[in-house]
Amino acid sequence: MNTAWQSAASLGLLNCEDCGLLSRASPGMHEGRCPRCGAKLHFRKPGSIQRTWALVIAAAICYIPANLFPVMTTITPFSKSSDTIMEGVVLLWSPSSWPLSVVVFIASVTIPLAKLIALSYLLITVQRGSVKSNRERTRLYRMVAFIGRWSMLDVFVDTFVVALVQLQPLMVVEPGPGVVFFAGVVVLTMIAVETFDPRLIWDQCEVGHARST
Amino acid sequence: MISATLIACSDCDLLQRLPILAPGESARCPRCGNVVASKRPDSLNRTLALTVAAAVALLVANAVPMLGLTAAGREASTTVLGGVQVMWEQGQLAVSVIMLFAAVIAPALDIAFMLTILLAVRRPPAPNWVGTLLRCCHIIRPWRMVEVMMLGILVSLIKIAELATVITGIAMWAVAALIVLLAAISSTFDPDEVWLRVRWVRNSAHHQGAQRGVES
Repeated sequence: MNTAWQSAASLGLLNCEDCGLLSRASPGMHEGRCPRCGAKLHFRKPGSIQRTWALVIAAAICYIPANLFPVMTTITPFSKSSDTIMEGVVLLWSPSSWPLSVVVFIASVTIPLAKLIALSYLLITVQRGSVKSNRERTRLYRMVAFIGRWSMLDVFVDTFVVALVQLQPLMVVEPGPGVVFFAGVVVLTMIAVETFDPRLIWDQCEVGHARST
Repeated sequence: MISATLIACSDCDLLQRLPILAPGESARCPRCGNVVASKRPDSLNRTLALTVAAAVALLVANAVPMLGLTAAGREASTTVLGGVQVMWEQGQLAVSVIMLFAAVIAPALDIAFMLTILLAVRRPPAPNWVGTLLRCCHIIRPWRMVEVMMLGILVSLIKIAELATVITGIAMWAVAALIVLLAAISSTFDPDEVWLRVRWVRNSAHHQGAQRGVES
């Protein structure tokens, strides 16, 4: 580690999360508002770890019904069939459309699960005060923030299929109870990414320096 | 112009001096690799042009049918709003609200705010509500899912194609154009250009000094 590296917080400087202006915490006042844009200033996002854990746990709970309950029900005069997300992926698998099936599988099954695992990993390593592979962990965080929204894919698919296939009495597609849980997983993990403060990953190596010097 | 500016990385809080960047150059944080600044040539004018085009594409995308189908002599077509409405009628209230926000409200607000910001900063110093709008844009942006919607439309086309003949609407092309324009906006827009032109919330006595270094 380069010993010349110092964080703004260690010098009592606050970085505005909205406009990027550095300002000095005024004496007496703990944290204030950014003089340029008026946003509330924090050394670190308040209650970041607790809030992110709460959101990750809530999302993990929603993930179970999201995968067990059907996301759409197809009703024809002769039959009625319900599909879960996984069954939708299997149905889409055909010689011509298998690439889309892979895309849906990645967006709806892999990404939400990977996000939950990645956020838990980041939270645990920060709480344990890890100083290893900070750069990679920060990159992991940025990746989670970047790809997270693609999980909404299946909700869009369900919306458009349901909207179009309303041909009474020939065929009607209705949304299933799984959709709302699935949308919940995506929304909760997206908020969790916003509440997590990646600067916490780096704070430990400075604590280590302070102790060793 | 500003000489080297003292900044902190938004991802790792490393204090660093920002070198003077030529148009088209970006600076990365030496510690975590985050892009801390990127200077774009003629950023505000180009972004304004792209934003006007995006506003047109958004209007078209929401006004005309997105896709339709014919089956057994019957026809049906839907717009984005139509899809949201059917979800609402089917009792999926939360889902339809999320869809409405991600597909219509978020892109509309983003484009409207960007237009307002870009017009307001043409005569600096801009009032500080411009900064508030820019902050709103940052909050909205992750929830603006036009490109996810496009992929969703493609997948639902394939799904329905098994059951009926699918007709693609003009709105699909408008959405495709909108995706390209939004991507172009995010690569030409340099928010620092706006912040330099905004009047400070607290009196601007420190203005000059703070641009060069740290606000004290």
